[in-house]
Order: sequence, then C-alpha cells, then structure tokens
Amino acid sequence: MTRLGRLLEKPWIWSFAGALLVWLAAIAFTRGYGAGGMVTAALSLAVFTVIVGIGQMFVITLGPGNVDLSLPASIGLASAVAMKVMGGNDAMVVVGLLAALGSGFLVGSFNYFLIRALRIPPIIATLSASFIIQSVDISYGRGLQIKPPPGFADFTNLQVLGIPVLAILTVLFALGAAVLLQRTIYGRQVLAIGQNIRAAGLAGVPVGRVRYLTYALCGTLGGLTGALLAGYFRGANVDIGNEYLLTSIAVVVIGGTSVAGGKANVPGIWGAALFLVLLLTMLNTFGVSAGVRLLLTGLIIVGVITAAGGPKSAR
Amino acid sequence: MPEIGNTIVKLDGVERHFGAVRALDGVTIAVKAGECVGLVGHNGAGKSTLMHVLAGTGTPDQGTITVGGEPQTAYSVSRAQTLGIRCVFQELSLCPNLTVAENTRIYHPSIRGIGWRRRASDLISAKLDEVFPGHGISASDIVQDLAIGKRQMVEVARAFTVTDAPLRLVILDEPTSSLDAHTSSQLLSFVRRTVASGISCVFISHLLGEILGNSDRIIVMRDGKVVTAGAASTFNRNRLVTEMGGIEAEPAAVAAAAMADRESRKLRVRARPVRQSDGRELIAREGEIVGLAGLAAHGQTDLLLAVFRAATQRAANIEVSGPVALVAGDRQTDGIFAQWSISENIGIRSLARLRKGLLISPAREDEMAARWRDKIGIRTPDMHNNILSLSGGNQQKALFARALGSDAGIVLMDDPMRGVDVGTKLEVYELIRDEARGGRTFLWYTTETDELKNCDHVYVFHNGRIVADLRRDELTEEKVIQSSFAESA
Repeated sequence: MTRLGRLLEKPWIWSFAGALLVWLAAIAFTRGYGAGGMVTAALSLAVFTVIVGIGQMFVITLGPGNVDLSLPASIGLASAVAMKVMGGNDAMVVVGLLAALGSGFLVGSFNYFLIRALRIPPIIATLSASFIIQSVDISYGRGLQIKPPPGFADFTNLQVLGIPVLAILTVLFALGAAVLLQRTIYGRQVLAIGQNIRAAGLAGVPVGRVRYLTYALCGTLGGLTGALLAGYFRGANVDIGNEYLLTSIAVVVIGGTSVAGGKANVPGIWGAALFLVLLLTMLNTFGVSAGVRLLLTGLIIVGVITAAGGPKSAR
Repeated sequence: MPEIGNTIVKLDGVERHFGAVRALDGVTIAVKAGECVGLVGHNGAGKSTLMHVLAGTGTPDQGTITVGGEPQTAYSVSRAQTLGIRCVFQELSLCPNLTVAENTRIYHPSIRGIGWRRRASDLISAKLDEVFPGHGISASDIVQDLAIGKRQMVEVARAFTVTDAPLRLVILDEPTSSLDAHTSSQLLSFVRRTVASGISCVFISHLLGEILGNSDRIIVMRDGKVVTAGAASTFNRNRLVTEMGGIEAEPAAVAAAAMADRESRKLRVRARPVRQSDGRELIAREGEIVGLAGLAAHGQTDLLLAVFRAATQRAANIEVSGPVALVAGDRQTDGIFAQWSISENIGIRSLARLRKGLLISPAREDEMAARWRDKIGIRTPDMHNNILSLSGGNQQKALFARALGSDAGIVLMDDPMRGVDVGTKLEVYELIRDEARGGRTFLWYTTETDELKNCDHVYVFHNGRIVADLRRDELTEEKVIQSSFAESA
C-alpha cells in the first residue's frame, strides 16, 4: 500500500482536510488577504477547544451514555476561581492556576459521585451538576470584575513568529494525551471499558477507579481551560464556557472518536477544532448574518459527522 | 429409518474468501429430504462459513446454490426463510433486550394484529415444552436475563416454530455447546423425531459421539474443503479424528492416583454458596483442578463470579488467596474486546508486566502474543489482526491465553470449551494439567461430563447449592447425573 493510501485510512485526516478546505475558501474570498492572520487566530482559539475536547474524548470513550455536560459550568467557575485567587497579582499566577485545576477536579469528582453513589445516568448527573455549579459560580463571582494579572494575560496572548505559544504547548499536551491513551495502563483500561464494560471487569480492570479518574480528568481539563480563557479574554465570566457544550462533543465526533465508545483519536481533535474555528472565520468573512451562521454551522457539523462517521459505525 | 427423499439443497463449488484466508475452497454438498447430516471439522475448517452461505447470511464468491431443484440467483436470508431453511447460529442471534415472545414475533412477521403477543407466547411455549420438557423458561422473560444455556434453548426452539412458511431444513451450529447432558439429550431425541417426520437437519458439533449417534450421513471438512463424506455407519470415532487431520483423540488415561497429600497443600479458595444451608463448602488447594458440575445454570457461574469478586473485595463466606483470572464461556458478552487485535485481547489482563518504565512496550506485547500463539495454537497469519477475524474456537483460545498468560494463581473457567474442537480441547486439557502441576489452582465449571475426568475433585450443584462432593476415584457419570437431580435436604 502506498504511503498516501495509508494516510487516507487514518480517521483524523478528514478533519484536517476539512480545516484546510474552509481556510482555502475563506482566503479565496478575501483574495489572499489575511491568510496568515486567520491561521494565527484559529490556532489561538482552537487551543481551548482542544483541551476540553480531549477531556470529553476520554469520557465519551468510556462507552455509551458517558458524556460530561457540566464542562461549561466547570469552565465558568474555574475562570472566576482563578481570577479571584490571582487577584491581579503576577506572583499568584501559579497558585491561581492550581486553584482552577482543583476546582475542575472537584467538579469531576462530584459528577462521578452523583453517577456512582446515586446511580444517575451520566447525562443527567452532569447536567444537573452543571446547574448547581453555575449557582455556586453566580454567588461566588457576584460583582466580580477582576482582571487577570498582566503577565498572565500577556502569556496567553504570546506569539512566536506568528504562532501562539499556547498552541505549541497544547500540541505537546495532545501528544501526551495520545501516549496516555495508547501506551499506558490507564488508557488501555479506558478503551477496554468502552468496548465491553462487563468483559473489562472480568479481565481484572478496576472499572470504578478508571471511570472516576476519567471524570476527574475531564473536570480538571475544564478547570485549566477556564483559567486560560479568563487570561485570554481578560476577565472571568459565568458564560465564558457556554459554547464548549456543543463544540467539546462535536470535535470528539468529527475527529474520528467512536460515540459508541472504545475507540478514540487524539490528532483528530486538533483537526476538528481548527475546522470549527476556521468555519466560523469563513462565514464571518462571507459576511453572513448571525442566524445564517448558526444554521450553516449546525448543518455542516451534521454533514461532516454523517460523512466521516457513517460507514464506520454501520457495522 | 425414514425414507430419504429428493435432494432439497445443493451447494456446488462454493468458495468464500476473507482477505487472504480461503474459508471455503470449492465445497460441494447436498442435503436430501428427511436426513440428518453431521458436519465435523476443526475450528476454522469452514463449517460455520458454509452454514452462513446456506442460511443466506453470507454470499459466496463463487459457486451455485440450488434449492428444491431451482438454482437460486438472488439468495438471501428472506429467500432462505420462504424456502423453509432455518439456522441456529453458534453466536446466538436473539435480541437481548426483548422478551422470548417478542423474539419469536421477529421471526414470524405473519403474527400480527391484536393479541400478537399472546399468540407468539403460545407458539414458543408450546415448542419449548415439546423440545425441552421442564425447561423453566417463561415467554415473558427478557432474553438478557436468561443464562446462556437457556438462551440457546430458546434459539433452538424458535427455529422449529412454524407459521406460514414451510419448514424443510434446520441448520444446528453447535446447538448443544451450552447445554448440559440432560437438555442435550432432550434436544437430540427431538431432532431424531423431527428428521423421522421428513424435515432435514444439518448438525454441527465438536462432540463426536453426538455426531455418530444422531446423523444419517457425515461430512468431514478440513481447511475449507470437504475431505470425505459417507453414511454414518461407515465412521467411528477414530476414523473421524483421522479424517479431520487431528491428533489421535482417545484421551490419554489420566493419572488416576488421587492426591494423597491433599490436606497438606496450601489452601487457595474456600467458598460457600449463598444459598447453601448445610455446612458444605468448596475447597480448592494449590495445584488442584476442581470441577463444578451439575445441570447448566444451577449456581456454578454465580459461585465463580463470587470468588472472582472476593479476590478484590472482602466477601462473606468466601476466602481467596492470591490473584484470580477468569476464562469466560459466554465470550461475546464476558470476554472479547471486539475492536481490538488478538494480541491486545491477550495482553489486557497482564498490562502491568507488559510495561517498560511507565509505558506499555509494543515489543513485549508482541512477544507475549507470539509465545501464546505457538503455545496454544491460535490460527492466524498475524496476531495484530482483529480478534473477530478468528473463528469462534480460536477466539476462545485467545481468552485462555489471556488467563494463563497472567500472574493469576487461581484460574476460574466458566464452561470455557464451548465451540472448541476435539484436538484443541485435548491440547488445552494438557496445558491445564501442566499448569496445575506448576502450582496453579483451577476452578472449572463444565457442562460436559467427560471434562470432569480432568479434575482432582468435583462438586455437583443443584439449585444454587453444593449437593455432592466427589473425589476423582469416586467420580462416575451416573453419580454426577444422580446428584444433579436429587433434591437436597
């Protein structure tokens, strides 16, 4: 088989191809004006989607019914926690980041507590948890208008040769996540549970522990995203994570991870995140109205999922 | 002996390939009305593939299918149904989330309108009563709540129910693999009655005695080809085994000396079933093979699962010392990871030992897979192929490799020889005895009385309780069957 043929068999190649296509369409419209700027902007925004997408990917890989719908609330809470702890002081950045991670970790643990102890299906548990978290966030962050420390805000916007530093770090992070998934005991156990939870238990996989770790991991990554978003957009906000409810799930599916569980794909998440961000950029350059933009985004996501995921899941 | 009539089905020069594997390599067979054809061959010989072709679930790459004298051009499952060809597959085909009656309705689209549920219930209940008197299955039971043996009984009975389409040929692909001796004999005598009434059967089994005792004609397959075919009376056990290309099948006389030093060996498992009212308990010591016998689904699997759980969590009435591994018998539900390769399926129980530093080493994983491919004889060109590319028996070997390749000192086996051919069985028995001599303890639930001869000690179960406790030198088939039916005090 040729090298190209092997490359075309990878499920993630299509999301990158899609990203390239919408980028080309956008610069064809502007006659090449702003091509580089679009890539830089796309990389900066894709970072956040990739981080939450990876968390969501691990959860979805646990098998049918597993999904974390509390991510937006968790992101919102962590952004407030990070900004309050940092208090605009550059010396407190690390402490603030740790506090945001801790807040996300607690949210993830709480989700799993609801799922396990109260035997609520994950989709209901995480959705109801998100209402509780949001209420906590509103009362905790009341009147909060704290700016991020200038050093932190500059760092989240830092670029080297037009490439955001955060994007480079996130590529490294994604590599780490791929190794975690394919080459560690934890990753293998997640994949086993997703394929057949009963067989996994009988093959000696500590099912409860692995599921707990996965929800906690997803929450923690939501916490990290919350802090980074607050730095990037220069302020915390209850609604800062709202768009990640749909996009975190969309990038997982477009990226070639199986919704039925047991099969995951990390590179595809990068491709899918770039695709979604560039899609918005393209529609913006075309100058379509907000309503049409949402409609087209929805239709394109449905189309891509049907085209990319259809034949694979049919068997 | 009934009059054997015209040829009802003929396959001519049928070929089917899966990639480089020639599952069927030019097979020609014919089945006449009112005859029972026995089909034997090792795992991967092509038996199941051939039956899929006959049932319309697999399309041949070459060759023709003739039913009732008419060549079939667009042969399919529904065409097979209208022509009266039914199949009981080895991988059970019932919908697990539906009731027994609802599954029957799926099979018979003509049951419709008000009261369909009751009519479907009556149909399947009557057939179950006819085939398996005293079966204990209700038409309103959800299939996934039934033990695998009962699911198989439903599957078999359903294939023989008749509404509008005629019934001419039933293919039974290892119908007794999950049945105990009692229900197996009920099924076999039903098959003989059915054949006597003019319906044909194709009967696949690894139990050569069943084939020899119930077929009119026997076809032997090897490597996707028919190697010989002839009247059943011209075959005996040894000839069958030779034709299949296996090792001489007469089990070597097991060293009969009961373990003299039983008491002095280290205790590995002590367990009392939940429903046990007297003081009986199951004891297994280091290096022992302990059998769990009795009718299917009388608490043997429950006890194995309880022992499995007790290895990691504290449990009442059960003591387990050392790590435990389980070989599943119901491999689709309890064993296989369908998206993984053969080597990943083998390695999952031993991940900690496959690491190099923090990461799992592909080299070590390959090495373990290669070692077990040779040791247990998994038939595949590449251990990186998907597990489902293997035939049923070879999938089962991979599950054995998973357990035997692990660090577990105690191996639990949940009727693990379903769909495994004679040659492989003998190899695995030998492997188990070897491992036991090396100090491993085996708890072995089996529905085949012959397999109990490999055990040092046998506990017979009835209604969730241990009702008899036999040393190897006390073990006879009569005793096992007798205690299986005896009501315990």
